[in-house]
Amino acid sequence: MDMQTKPTHTLAEQAIIDGFLARVGDFPGDASVTSARDRLVSEFRAGGLPTRRMEAWHYTDLKAQMKIVPNMDTGLVDAARPLVGASTVLPVLQGSANAPQAVEGCEIWPFMDMLASGDAAKLLRTRGDDDVIGRLNGAFVTDGFCLEVADDTVIADIIELQAVQNGGQAHTRFPASFGQNSTATVIERHLGSHERSGFSSSISSVDLGAGAEVTWIIVQQRGDKDQHLGQLNARLGANSRLNLFIVNAGGKLIRQEIHIEVAGEGSHFNLRTINLLAGDSHTDVTLTLGHDVPNTTSSEIVRNVVLDRARGVFQGQIKVAQAAQKTDAQMACNTLLLSDDGEFAAKPELEIFADDVVCAHGATVIDIDRTQLFYLMARGISESTARGLLVNGFVDELVGELENEELVGVLETMIEQWLAAHA
Amino acid sequence: MLEIRNLHARITGTETEIIRGLNLTVKAGEVAAIMGPNGSGKSTLSYILAGRSDYEVTDGDILYNGESILELEPSERAAKGIFLAFQYPVEIPGVATMQFLKVAMNEQRKARGEDELKTPEFIRLVKEAAGDLKIDPEMLKRPLNVGFSGGEKKRAEILQMKLLAPKLCVLDETDSGLDIDALKIVSDGVNALRSPDRAVIVITHYQRLLEYIVPDSVHVLYKGQVIKSGDKDLALELEADGYAQIIEAAA
Ligand SMILES: Nc1ncnc2c1ncn2[C@@H]1O[C@H](COP(=O)(O)OP(=O)(O)OP(=O)(O)O)[C@@H](O)[C@H]1O
Ligand SMILES: [Mg+2]
Repeated sequence: MDMQTKPTHTLAEQAIIDGFLARVGDFPGDASVTSARDRLVSEFRAGGLPTRRMEAWHYTDLKAQMKIVPNMDTGLVDAARPLVGASTVLPVLQGSANAPQAVEGCEIWPFMDMLASGDAAKLLRTRGDDDVIGRLNGAFVTDGFCLEVADDTVIADIIELQAVQNGGQAHTRFPASFGQNSTATVIERHLGSHERSGFSSSISSVDLGAGAEVTWIIVQQRGDKDQHLGQLNARLGANSRLNLFIVNAGGKLIRQEIHIEVAGEGSHFNLRTINLLAGDSHTDVTLTLGHDVPNTTSSEIVRNVVLDRARGVFQGQIKVAQAAQKTDAQMACNTLLLSDDGEFAAKPELEIFADDVVCAHGATVIDIDRTQLFYLMARGISESTARGLLVNGFVDELVGELENEELVGVLETMIEQWLAAHA
Repeated sequence: MLEIRNLHARITGTETEIIRGLNLTVKAGEVAAIMGPNGSGKSTLSYILAGRSDYEVTDGDILYNGESILELEPSERAAKGIFLAFQYPVEIPGVATMQFLKVAMNEQRKARGEDELKTPEFIRLVKEAAGDLKIDPEMLKRPLNVGFSGGEKKRAEILQMKLLAPKLCVLDETDSGLDIDALKIVSDGVNALRSPDRAVIVITHYQRLLEYIVPDSVHVLYKGQVIKSGDKDLALELEADGYAQIIEAAA
């Protein structure tokens, strides 16, 4: 860029930059963190928000869609009750972590500590040019939680990372590492309010040691004026298994990125995503998945219910490296389009450099099955109730795959309530 | 209880007439068997009774307890006591069998102005009925009909029938796919429902079922019409001689 011309920023871009400048002295972090933040902000100043010309953002033109950005805010919110009864809740309220509860076998400390010590500086970088989430979150992050599960440890109770926000801005991080042969279930929950609009970003980094088995569940229930940018980066060690389950059930503008490196032989990545989309919302789930070594498997199913004028996006890119023989990757994206004004764009993409692999992808758009509807009605179930059952069933099928029965019940109820309120 | 008068029906939106002037009367307390060659319109008739919108009635009427049901939704017909055990029960992934049973029982109760069932009462009723039909309770935890074997699906239909206690039961080839023991169990289930205020229509190809569920009347359906009616001996005749003679005689 010609250094003479001042880049013109949109109102949202300017608000982001101004917000940074207004709080520049207050951000936590040592000198190395501060310089990392400065570097990221100047990158943002130069590049701005992404447009559809950037491939990764082709279906979500942030520059056009982000009209306003609320002020940085330190309003007060309360933690919510845990999703599942027996859990350890780790709340991050308006971007600020509560003192963590102890969990046996798992070290937990606030991300703020890593900023203060400078240990976080190396994490404040982008994945690449188009990593706007990494850039913004790196510049603005204030807190979060770090988890470290010891080797050979089974964490029996669910750990619930709970990011609660009532308007304003919040930028959080959740680095988590799971030792060899450890087992754990983590819920990453994002809650917002419907009164004030909020802007948030959150990055989770999940590292699975050899033989680790981790279920990670993202439950996004932002308010209907909220803009949220989420990213989950995971690396799978040998013979490990990551079950990633995502439910999007809120927000005005949502982007959830998932970047997976299937890096250890014998490992399996499982993704189940439920997008419940209503109103004028825009929800984008973007996956990049690299099978980098031989003998790994993955399975991805995305189910979408689209109402009103809602728009949804699923970009799923699977790369199978030349060395990654015997890869088995199966990806499907199914949409129940219940409104003529709604839409869902699915862009599956396979890049295969190995020859001995089994890879498949499919995207379908369906309506309620009339034979199923008739069957239910022939049992005395009214049409509206029968439709409700079928829509519920379409997504509950994925929930039913989870092992924790209480969790299954809770998610089913949540979905049922969402559909009752919106459909 | 049921009076079908000169019924004509076609596949909705087409000229293809499948039911062509069908007359049939079934009284309360009666068990009527409907037999007939493949493609004669037996399942279509059962669907039309249940109210499937894939078929439209172009002439004639169906009276149930003296009232026409043609304008009623399938769910309204069911609430009035009409039940169809499907030839091919429909798989519904994601909807748990127990949840479905509960919703169906409660919706019907609601439509009749009765109170909802309490959960313990509901579970007791299901367990009892499932036990009678030798249905493994584990099966009921699965999604509705998904992965059920052919025979399990048919048993599940009869389970629903027992729980919903309809007044007019239409069984479309419930015997196909059942092993010998299951045929006996299912027949016992149907016989247990026989009562003076209830009618049963049994659609079948085989005399064997009619040895267990002995019909009061037998009707032969051919090309969308009842071409011959008789008592249970008619079924024996058909078993021995096939349809050719009757079809010829009717032509
Ligand atoms: N929706 C439809 N579209 C096209 N054809 C249909 C449809 N429904 C029924 N038919 C046709 O109508 C005829 C009657 O079908 P039906 O299923 O009622 O026969 P059936 O007597 O039950 O036969 P079976 O003994 O084989 O079960 C058949 O020729 C069938 O192909
Ligand atoms: Mg048939």
